[in-house]
Amino acid sequence: MFKVRVIPCLDVKDGRVVKGVNFVDLVDAGDPVQAAIAYDAAGADELCFLDITASHENRGTILDVVRRTAEACFMPLTVGGGVRTVDDIRALLQSGADKVSINTAAVNNRQFVKEAAEKFGNQCIVVAIDAKRVAGPGTALPDAADRWEIFTHGGRKPTGIDAVLYAKEVVALGAGEILLTSMDRDGTKSGFDIALTRAIADAVPVPVIASGGVGTLDHLVEGIRDGHATAVLAASIFHFGTFTIRQAKTHMAAAGLPMRLDP
Amino acid sequence: MTVAIVDYGSGNLHSAAKAFERAARESGHDQPILVTSDPDVVRAADRVVLPGVGAFADCRRGLEAVTGMVEALEETVRRRGRPFLGICVGMQLMAERGREYEVVDGLGWIPGEVDRITPADPSLKIPHMGWNTLNALAPHPLLDGIATGPDGLHAYFVHSYHLKTADPGDLVAQVDYGGPVTAIVADGTAAGTQFHPEKSQRLGLALIANFLRWAP
Repeated sequence: MFKVRVIPCLDVKDGRVVKGVNFVDLVDAGDPVQAAIAYDAAGADELCFLDITASHENRGTILDVVRRTAEACFMPLTVGGGVRTVDDIRALLQSGADKVSINTAAVNNRQFVKEAAEKFGNQCIVVAIDAKRVAGPGTALPDAADRWEIFTHGGRKPTGIDAVLYAKEVVALGAGEILLTSMDRDGTKSGFDIALTRAIADAVPVPVIASGGVGTLDHLVEGIRDGHATAVLAASIFHFGTFTIRQAKTHMAAAGLPMRLDP
Repeated sequence: MTVAIVDYGSGNLHSAAKAFERAARESGHDQPILVTSDPDVVRAADRVVLPGVGAFADCRRGLEAVTGMVEALEETVRRRGRPFLGICVGMQLMAERGREYEVVDGLGWIPGEVDRITPADPSLKIPHMGWNTLNALAPHPLLDGIATGPDGLHAYFVHSYHLKTADPGDLVAQVDYGGPVTAIVADGTAAGTQFHPEKSQRLGLALIANFLRWAP
């Protein structure tokens, strides 16, 4: 039976984990490879590294992290952050990444998605969408129909692009998966933006990963059951030891979702 | 004893090589794992692995572009009967032809065609991306000691096309994704998995270890 995925995401800067990783038995909590090994053992269904390295000169460090992770963990790995060229993608895949996540470069140049998918296959091209609600409840236009826009630069820069239309467009160009983050919810621990997740998941034929706002295990259930996502991504609830991957998956299974609980 | 992983510009060779090295070490069947684009290294190998990521036609052309490689595979696997494992598109290439974007001939080792997955439930997403349990249709040494069925271990899939075998006897395992989807095929000393054993944690390492000790 096909299962729902739980994906922990690690922010990596200059080869080190940025947000805290709180595991027992971790020799070096700042080493992303150590954290990846711990998540692998804990039953994570995939791993995601987001490279937030400040300078271009330090880009090579993420390749080393990916290479060392692929030597130690035999599970799927997605890497995003600063992916701008076909050469960036090739270098990550050759180092051992299975999928790459493209964000700003796709907003700036939609054709990049097509070029990447044609070269490496749809299955390894994830388009990351950072969206913010601009109409509907809680906005300046509370009575208008729900609408979300794409934002870049960590949610600071509006683009005027409609998130649902954009998702359909990048999928038509070859994106094999959408990593959807609600900028309104990111970091709030108040749960996914379910209306956004459902609007995009129902609009595209490819898998959607819900991200941004997870604070409780019920939020994970809601992302799948109500948001129609096929995977959920979270960072802080796992890194700070609030919940283990196992607790998350057991909770989701108890709520009736199909989960992989291999020993 | 050597294992040749064929490098033809497709596939995550680094991950595959590392997973085979680990499985070789842990299973007590330690043997050199050679990533190679040299047909003579393939001819001299005791086991051959053909990975593959991307579109069928691209992979087929990539394989064709390595001078003498298709001939070396035919000779080593089909005539001399060395154990062979195709992975993902590497497995699909065992078919007679593929229908992804364009119709292209495969190696023709397994009668059948590679065609799009069409789940009966339209809400199921394509690609089939994630973890699924295997339904074994026939016993096979590759599955020795691996729990299959709804309560069994999971394998990691990421694909939109699958090999539809013409001869049901070539089908070793399927998964359910809005209908049956081909997971493992085998004919003689040649076998293939649609999923990625190098990314399938416990099940994957166990299957690779089984391949390393398989003596057909």
